[in-house]
Amino acid sequence: MNKHLLSAGDLSKSDALLVLDTAAQLAQVADRPVKKLPTLRGRTVVNLFFEDSTRTRISFEAAAKRLSADVINFSAKGSSVSKGESLKDTALTLEAMGADAVVVRHGSSGAPHRLANSGWIGGSVINAGDGTHEHPTQALLDAYTLREKLANGEGDLAGKRVTIVGDVLHSRVARSNVLLLSTLGADVTLVAPPTLLPVGVETWPCKVSYDLDPVVPDSDAVMMLRVQLERMTDSYFPTAREYSRRYGLDNHRMSMLSDESIVMHPGPMNRGMEITADVADSKRSVIVEQVANGVSVRMAVLYLLLGGYSPAQPAVDEIVEGN
Amino acid sequence: MSRLVITGASILNQATADIVIDSGKIVEVAKPGAADTFGARVIDAAGLIALPGFVDLHTHLREPGREDAETVESGTRAAALGGFTCVHAMANTEPVADTAGVVEQVWRLGKEAGWCEVRPIGAVTVGLAGTHMAELGAMAASAAQVRLFSDDGKCVDDAVIMRRALEYVKAFDGAIAQHAQEPRLTEGAQMNEGVLSGTLGLRGWPAVAEEAIIARDVLLTQHVNSRLHVCHVSTAGSVELIRWAKSKGINVTAEVTPHHLLLTDELARSYDPHFKVNPPLRTQEDVLALREGLADGTIDAVATDHAPHPSEDKECEWSAAAFGMLGLETALSVVVESMVNTGLLDWAGVADRMSIRPAAIGRVRDQGGRLEVGQPAHVTLVDPHASWTVRPNELASRSRNTPYRERVLPGRVVHTIFDGKPTVIDGQTERMH
Repeated sequence: MNKHLLSAGDLSKSDALLVLDTAAQLAQVADRPVKKLPTLRGRTVVNLFFEDSTRTRISFEAAAKRLSADVINFSAKGSSVSKGESLKDTALTLEAMGADAVVVRHGSSGAPHRLANSGWIGGSVINAGDGTHEHPTQALLDAYTLREKLANGEGDLAGKRVTIVGDVLHSRVARSNVLLLSTLGADVTLVAPPTLLPVGVETWPCKVSYDLDPVVPDSDAVMMLRVQLERMTDSYFPTAREYSRRYGLDNHRMSMLSDESIVMHPGPMNRGMEITADVADSKRSVIVEQVANGVSVRMAVLYLLLGGYSPAQPAVDEIVEGN
Repeated sequence: MSRLVITGASILNQATADIVIDSGKIVEVAKPGAADTFGARVIDAAGLIALPGFVDLHTHLREPGREDAETVESGTRAAALGGFTCVHAMANTEPVADTAGVVEQVWRLGKEAGWCEVRPIGAVTVGLAGTHMAELGAMAASAAQVRLFSDDGKCVDDAVIMRRALEYVKAFDGAIAQHAQEPRLTEGAQMNEGVLSGTLGLRGWPAVAEEAIIARDVLLTQHVNSRLHVCHVSTAGSVELIRWAKSKGINVTAEVTPHHLLLTDELARSYDPHFKVNPPLRTQEDVLALREGLADGTIDAVATDHAPHPSEDKECEWSAAAFGMLGLETALSVVVESMVNTGLLDWAGVADRMSIRPAAIGRVRDQGGRLEVGQPAHVTLVDPHASWTVRPNELASRSRNTPYRERVLPGRVVHTIFDGKPTVIDGQTERMH
């Protein structure tokens, strides 16, 4: 493992499997009456959120606390362009406080990369979503969920067909998932209107389709991305209704899925836009499990970056069983 | 004592000669050792190449308004160190150089500083707002004698305003220097649009946004029979369009920056805003097309787009950072690396693209002359075999935002003579006055 987790592309296949295996072991903690391990006692994890994201922040907070780390939540809205402290000064402040890991959410693509490489701070940097770039722990929790549901919670995702639908252009979740899932051997297909696909997508390690219907029956998992309504005013598509008709997941499309296939969404959902309420609440939907798995995966990432630089399994076994 | 003798210099890397300068003019070009050095200041230039002083068509001196980033004095001192004897000061100051008063102020500050000639560029529209033509005639008639007009930083995107400006400047032999950037296609743009922008999640600045404006403008220029200069051409497609326009006899000239001749968008992978510039760094294919265009004369001039910014505007996240990079002190070395050492341009070509043609485009009467008797004595002496390491703290500019930090670059400006007086000796500025 690298010192930082900035991009899902930083993870080799063995790194990714190590995170998933570690997460699987740490997940057992959640089933116990006392959901806490002493592993990161005395270590400080800072959640540095320049953008509101209660879901991601509490997930990281729960993960760090279950490992007994001290957690500081630092909500630093505004950046050097608006009023408020610059990224550099914020980083220097955290460094002075002795942060061992900084979990960063930022609206600007590459901000975690800057923190990690500027020399402003010495701790590990974990990207918790940066602009329209990446969200690697989301991809890890998605991979974990896919493995649980489609591969008995073991090994890689070789040959699993994952379809990601929606606003790929602006989605950090899509970028990280394409990188990580392809590393794990899955066959990824992106589905979106041409306006919502980035230039150069044909070079990504995945297939691309403008039509959803032909892809759905051949999918083991369909991941719906949030589509913001303001994309309509920017003429990425004509109307919300047309988007829903062409790219939304409703009961009819869901019925084309094979029996074992699952429906995913990174949240927050726009019910009625990219996914109907019926689908979101159906048995195929694993959306709530994704959230639960997020905590385990983030525990694993914190553990591996801060606790054990060496292969983690024996140590984790020891801890899990010794408590 | 105003006699100066440069001994043993190789003029344009061709014939070696002694150059005798008196009262701001070249008075004699003699065989080596033949010049009378008695009572004169002698500059030993053995092994150095003598070129006419460089003329920059695109410099941001930031004064008035942003003296924290650069002043006319500090910027022109950097220019002298880079071998320039004339710079064109861009209009996007605060206040904007859109009146005779502001351009005369900048011109006078340049005179007072004395490091090189400062030719202000006037804004095309009031406040660079793109809606009302500024008093171009007043700026042309002022002491600053403005001949180039530009809303640089912003594109004159309204076709009617652009047409009118092109027509209007014909009255005083002016030209419009266009920053070609279709605004709607580049809203929020952060870097070249391509495979990399998609991967990095940075909003793309597509080549077509530059090329569409150039295509429109060369046709407008043809239609009203005026003169167009295209600022900082950055794409292979733009080179093709300008080549086509010139083949049709359209009166268009173009410049390329040193950084677009050397650097590519791959540098954005670092998310280091020192590589954030407008127009953005493009692909290797574009770089090669720009070099070829400069070599064959499709692109007329190298222009630095020297754009100083205080460190807080670069020590931040990419999207929050300012666009632009320093260029004056590294221009010659980057041209040597990208054009001379690659065999694309000889030293006569360097003189042509960095002095003679830019002076002609700017209608600068006393610059860009050949190193011949009777010409104004603006001379840059270059050591083609030296190399140096770029250290931001050692630059004369008030800002530090060079993209070449710790990079070793070939070729070095050793001496600069402006108007018969040395401004730079042995790579150090002379105390003026």
